[in-house]
Amino acid sequence: MGSMFRSEEMVLTQLFIQPEAAYYSISELGETGCVQFRDLNVDVNAFQRKFVNEVRRCDEMERKLRYIEVEVKKDNVNIPDVSELPKAPNPREIIDLEAHLEKTEGEIKELSESAVNLKSNFLELTELRHVLEKTQSFFNEQDEANGLNDSVHKSLIPAEDHNVSIRGRLGFVAGVINRERLPAFERMLWRISRGNVFLRQAEIEKPLEDPTTGNEHYKTVFAAFFQGEQLKTRIKKVCAGFHASLYPCPNTINERNDMLKGVRTRLEDLNLVLNQTRDHRQRVLVSVAKELQNWSIMVSKMKAIYHTLNFFNMDVTKKCLIGECWVPCNDIHIVQKALGDGSNACGSSIPSFMNVITTAEEPPTFNRTNKFTRGFQNLIDSYGVASYREANPALYTIITFPFLFAVMFGDCGHAVIMLAFGLWLVLAEKKIGAQKNKSEIFSIFFSGRYIILLMGIFSLYTGFLYNDIFSKSMNIFQTSWYVNSSSLDLSLEEIDLTPKDNYMGTPYFIGIDPAWQPAKNKIIFLNSFKMKLSIILGVVHMIFGVCVSTFNFVHFRKISSIILEFLPQILLLIFLFLYMVIMMFMKWIMYSGEYDGWDLAVVNKHGTSCAPSVLIYFINMMLMGESEPNAGCDTYMYEGQKTVQMVLVFGALICIPTMLLGKPLYIKYTRGKKPAGVTKNKSNGDVNQGMELEEVSENNHEAPTHGKSHEEEEPLSEIFIHQAIHTIEYTLSTISHTASYLRLWALSLAHAQLSEVLWSMLFSKIALKMGGNLGIVFVFLIFSVWATFTVAILVLMEGLSAFLHTLRLHWVEFMSKFYAGVGYAFQPFSFKNILEDEESSE
Amino acid sequence: MPVCGPKLSLCGLIISTWGIIQLALMGIFYYIGAVALAEDIPEVEFHGNLDQFYTSVDKGFQQNAYNCWIAALLYLITLAVSAHQFWANNRSSLSV
Repeated sequence: MGSMFRSEEMVLTQLFIQPEAAYYSISELGETGCVQFRDLNVDVNAFQRKFVNEVRRCDEMERKLRYIEVEVKKDNVNIPDVSELPKAPNPREIIDLEAHLEKTEGEIKELSESAVNLKSNFLELTELRHVLEKTQSFFNEQDEANGLNDSVHKSLIPAEDHNVSIRGRLGFVAGVINRERLPAFERMLWRISRGNVFLRQAEIEKPLEDPTTGNEHYKTVFAAFFQGEQLKTRIKKVCAGFHASLYPCPNTINERNDMLKGVRTRLEDLNLVLNQTRDHRQRVLVSVAKELQNWSIMVSKMKAIYHTLNFFNMDVTKKCLIGECWVPCNDIHIVQKALGDGSNACGSSIPSFMNVITTAEEPPTFNRTNKFTRGFQNLIDSYGVASYREANPALYTIITFPFLFAVMFGDCGHAVIMLAFGLWLVLAEKKIGAQKNKSEIFSIFFSGRYIILLMGIFSLYTGFLYNDIFSKSMNIFQTSWYVNSSSLDLSLEEIDLTPKDNYMGTPYFIGIDPAWQPAKNKIIFLNSFKMKLSIILGVVHMIFGVCVSTFNFVHFRKISSIILEFLPQILLLIFLFLYMVIMMFMKWIMYSGEYDGWDLAVVNKHGTSCAPSVLIYFINMMLMGESEPNAGCDTYMYEGQKTVQMVLVFGALICIPTMLLGKPLYIKYTRGKKPAGVTKNKSNGDVNQGMELEEVSENNHEAPTHGKSHEEEEPLSEIFIHQAIHTIEYTLSTISHTASYLRLWALSLAHAQLSEVLWSMLFSKIALKMGGNLGIVFVFLIFSVWATFTVAILVLMEGLSAFLHTLRLHWVEFMSKFYAGVGYAFQPFSFKNILEDEESSE
Repeated sequence: MPVCGPKLSLCGLIISTWGIIQLALMGIFYYIGAVALAEDIPEVEFHGNLDQFYTSVDKGFQQNAYNCWIAALLYLITLAVSAHQFWANNRSSLSV
């Protein structure tokens, strides 16, 4: 049997690995990714496990890597992707790697520290330069006020004369302050000095960079003039409070100019040094960035290995590590090879070996998927992971899902759009798959690309059957309806086309006749047709679902359930609902417009006026009633219909108590026959295993076996109640689920009508009926609008709703017939998965 | 130089291609007088004269056929413009 049919067979195995070889073996296993380890130290605290120190070392290395990455990203250095994933490093390399990381981290730290120092130095100097430059103008103005408005004059007269006499008592403080603090600062100064401080300010145009945070701040240069020492100390205090940096500013122009010159040269030197540090840092970061991805992959692999090793038990003699893991039967040889490779890699002479052990525990469910089946398997798994070895509905879903979707989405035009999208996703999957930072919605579409493609193809087919392309029909195979010129009355708006007079007798080759498109009763006809179609599809789908349950019964050797559960279930469906489907086909075949005529005997049997309502038949069959037929018509379609229906209803009624009582009574009977002793057998079987095994497995398997035996001893009353609930649920569900399939009709109708309305009210009414030359512009413009709405509403929204309804039909109506879905998924220890998880969590 | 962003130019590309294909086809169907499109031509009143009615219906079909084809040509222009924009966007994003 293919692996898609049911989940793979799993075995619980024990691995015996030399401590020296353990690291290599687990690394090999992680590369293959086909074992799921069980934690044998559940009750051991995370800090008391064997490889805690190693895990801690990995954590430390991860921290360093994160730090380096942040630094690299800060400088906008591109981190190249690695094409080939590196293997986990061997223990010797680990030490090298650790040392290397330590060194790099230290280097980067040192560099950034010195950079901060240099930068703060640089900031101080720039601020000082600004202070000197800006205050120049203040002093100039002051000099002007003192009567020195002539620059020539100023240089000629010795500075001491005036400055000493006038400014002798007038002190000042100059500095730089954040611009947003300035108003408060000014007010504060005014308050403390009662208005005796004269504050001058000038904004620095360029923002200055904060050395530690790298944020840019706008700042302002200020100079406060005052009188007296006391005021000076007060002002200095205020400045400190406002985090304003004060700079010494000489009194005389010459000194200031000298100082400015000095500052400028120092700034230039500093700039040189800063540039060199920056270059050096850049060089270091670029060289680190090349290896960064490699390192982080190696470290995560290492960490994963030690985590896994923490799941292992130590042998009593401390010479051997023992681990338990689930392995798919088909992959045992891969695991053995990996173990062999592992012990070869460390050069140990004693080979590691694995031992298959029996267990009563339920193994995990593992469905091997490829890129095509994964999407469908995900649809099923999101409802519930299948129980171990249960029939897998995903196999059938591959066809039924797109088909039921297409029944609701049938329109060639919309299907082509969907098909084109799906085709693009599939054809460009390598390119798109390699792309990172896709939006969430797009990655959902991308992971379901094969579903979208199949849905497109199937919708194209159903659209062709419905003969709808953007709600227009195509007359490809020549319609079978014609207009008699004799019956044509030009005075009437509409004319009746009767099958007798205007129908050729052979139906349209395939699909709906295009003659229905302009017909006034198109909806009435399509409704009755699509309703019947959806019931037919639904009943077939459900019967198939019930049949799938036999695969489970046969596989789990519950032969009694085939007779006591499957048989009554399927008979109930067949007797009631398949019979209704048969009646629909009979009605389609037996009654026809061709039989309309003057021969009353034929008309009463097969004429259109006498075509019965199948639904009324069905209701009457259940209620054992009879309704009055149209005048002159036969009550029943065929001889003996009443008796047949009576038999079917009674047959169906007998099915219900069989379902209700059959299984519990059978269990009661079998239990009475063989007394307890099943559990004893099992423990005898365990003794056959190796001695070493016994010791370990005893601990772990005691609890599950207890659970199992407990389950077997479920009291009869509970079994009865379960069965009663199950029976009631199933019986009611046959009706409600059949009705539920009517959503196929409802959504198909809604889709067809919506697309027709969009065409006729938007495109046709505004653009196409316009005519004339103005029509061109409208056709041009309205087409875009119509196209946008078509994609947004009809393809996207309607597609989504049809998708959801299809999902429901599968989850509830189909899968409830056979699917338990109480398993747990197989989560293999695989580096690939671990790295992908890390990537997605970032 | 790019005027529209990458998304807008892509959208223009897709709608233009779609428009060219669909409007050209619709033009053909109008030209051959497809019955399915009979409801989508300028309104024609029936005054009892069958020949006159037919000629005016035919005229409507012809008119719409040409309208569709010309609109398709207009979409050819938008296709060219958005293709150029798309190309310009790609180039500018590569050079940065």
